[in-house]
Amino acid sequence: MRVTADLDLCQGHQMCQGEAPDVFGFDEDADQVVVLQENPDESLRPQVAAAVKYCPAMALAVEEPVEES
Amino acid sequence: MSTEAIPEVSYVVPDDGHGHLAELRVDPIGLLERVRSECGDVGRFRLADRDVVMVSGAEANEAFFRAPDSTLDQAAAYPFMTPIFGKGVVFDASPEERQQMLKNQALRGDMMRGHATTIEGEIRRMVADWGDEGEIDLLDFFAELTIYTTSSCLIGKPFREELDASFAHHYHDLERGTDAIAYVDAYADIESFRIRDAAREKLVELVQGIIDRRVERGTVPKEERDLLDVLISVGYSADLVTGIFISMMFAGHHTSSGTASWALIEMLRHPETMKDVVAELDDLYADGSEVSFQALRSIPRLEAMLKETLRLHPPLIILLRIVMEEIELAGHTIPVGTMVAASPRVSNRIEEDFPDAELFDPGRYLDPRQEDLVNRWTWIPFGAGKHRCVGSAFAMMQLKAIFSVILRDFEFELAQAPETYRDDVSKMVIQLEQPCRVRYRRRRS
Repeated sequence: MRVTADLDLCQGHQMCQGEAPDVFGFDEDADQVVVLQENPDESLRPQVAAAVKYCPAMALAVEEPVEES
Repeated sequence: MSTEAIPEVSYVVPDDGHGHLAELRVDPIGLLERVRSECGDVGRFRLADRDVVMVSGAEANEAFFRAPDSTLDQAAAYPFMTPIFGKGVVFDASPEERQQMLKNQALRGDMMRGHATTIEGEIRRMVADWGDEGEIDLLDFFAELTIYTTSSCLIGKPFREELDASFAHHYHDLERGTDAIAYVDAYADIESFRIRDAAREKLVELVQGIIDRRVERGTVPKEERDLLDVLISVGYSADLVTGIFISMMFAGHHTSSGTASWALIEMLRHPETMKDVVAELDDLYADGSEVSFQALRSIPRLEAMLKETLRLHPPLIILLRIVMEEIELAGHTIPVGTMVAASPRVSNRIEEDFPDAELFDPGRYLDPRQEDLVNRWTWIPFGAGKHRCVGSAFAMMQLKAIFSVILRDFEFELAQAPETYRDDVSKMVIQLEQPCRVRYRRRRS
């Protein structure tokens, strides 16, 4: 999975850091999310999914890479 | 360049000289729905001396919601709010100011635990005098409850303790003073505006009384102070303080109150949903855990029910902006000065995005459908983009806390025929039409 954060939408709630602290950090100066791991390990999926679901700004997304055939 | 190439919606209510204003004042939902059904993703109606260009659908909505404030401004788009807040209190802060407020203030993520405890306490106080069975009016009940929760969480506990039902009553009169005739004259000589202005004066009087008591009492230790003490110390008048408090509470009040009411009505109309949610809550709290703890955590079925309630009954049916720099929307260049709109009510029911859109179906939000995340530019009960409601997490937590308390202690049933519960849409702030009564009975464990 690939994790993306839309910085035009992030409002700096910092909820994602609570849900998936290994994947999302925070830039105090910019007041915005920082994606720490763009391609987190599969084991982190439930945490990442919760962060996406509960982001109050709907600024996060998970993209699935198209598998090569 | 003009908006003439954009199709204009038909007239159902005759033009009385102010275009579609007459219809907006009696059937706004019919008007907004017709804009999409007749004109498609971009259509136009007349509001007093302005064109309003309304967009819908994901692509046009995204362009609308992503536009910066320098292009689409909302400050001048809601003239009906000015007499309510009073002069000198702005409608909304810029995204930068909002972010700063979020960082320093009450809506920050790490403040939520305290708010959850406060809200649980307020709900328990509201039901403390309920007997084993009885009847309540949903609007009266939730409008009073949410006055206490928003004032306590956003302004401070000492201020909230000074309030009683009379504050909620006057506040409700303010909300009813939002007739769209304000687009012609926000101070028109009509009854609802006279009531609005009298209600604001009453609120200023109440706040003046609280200020007087604070001044007489003298200073207290820092931990006992709230926002009111700060505003008194910088010398703000009761009029300005009242305006600031009214504006702080406005976005979170009628919205949360209406959603709580509609959520209960929809669960009573759909007993299988009620059963699911009650079972989920009974299970969740079986170990004796605290509402203030669980309301901040995942409660999937309750959340899905709330999201579906918000989709079908968005508290705001139209979101407005004024064009400050020309912008392209749905293939049309919109000139400066035009009013543009997006409609949660219309977008939330687009059939292609929400199959069987008229159906109440909380299953939409469970894996793998997640229709809110998949349609983030058309599932818009909280708006979208930079101006997306900053209180959405607070609102969801509050609703989860409310139902965690009342559904575990009480059972409910409709006291009227199911189809008689409806919104009064004659004002820009939409609220339940009274009577809207339900019966409660204490659960036996």
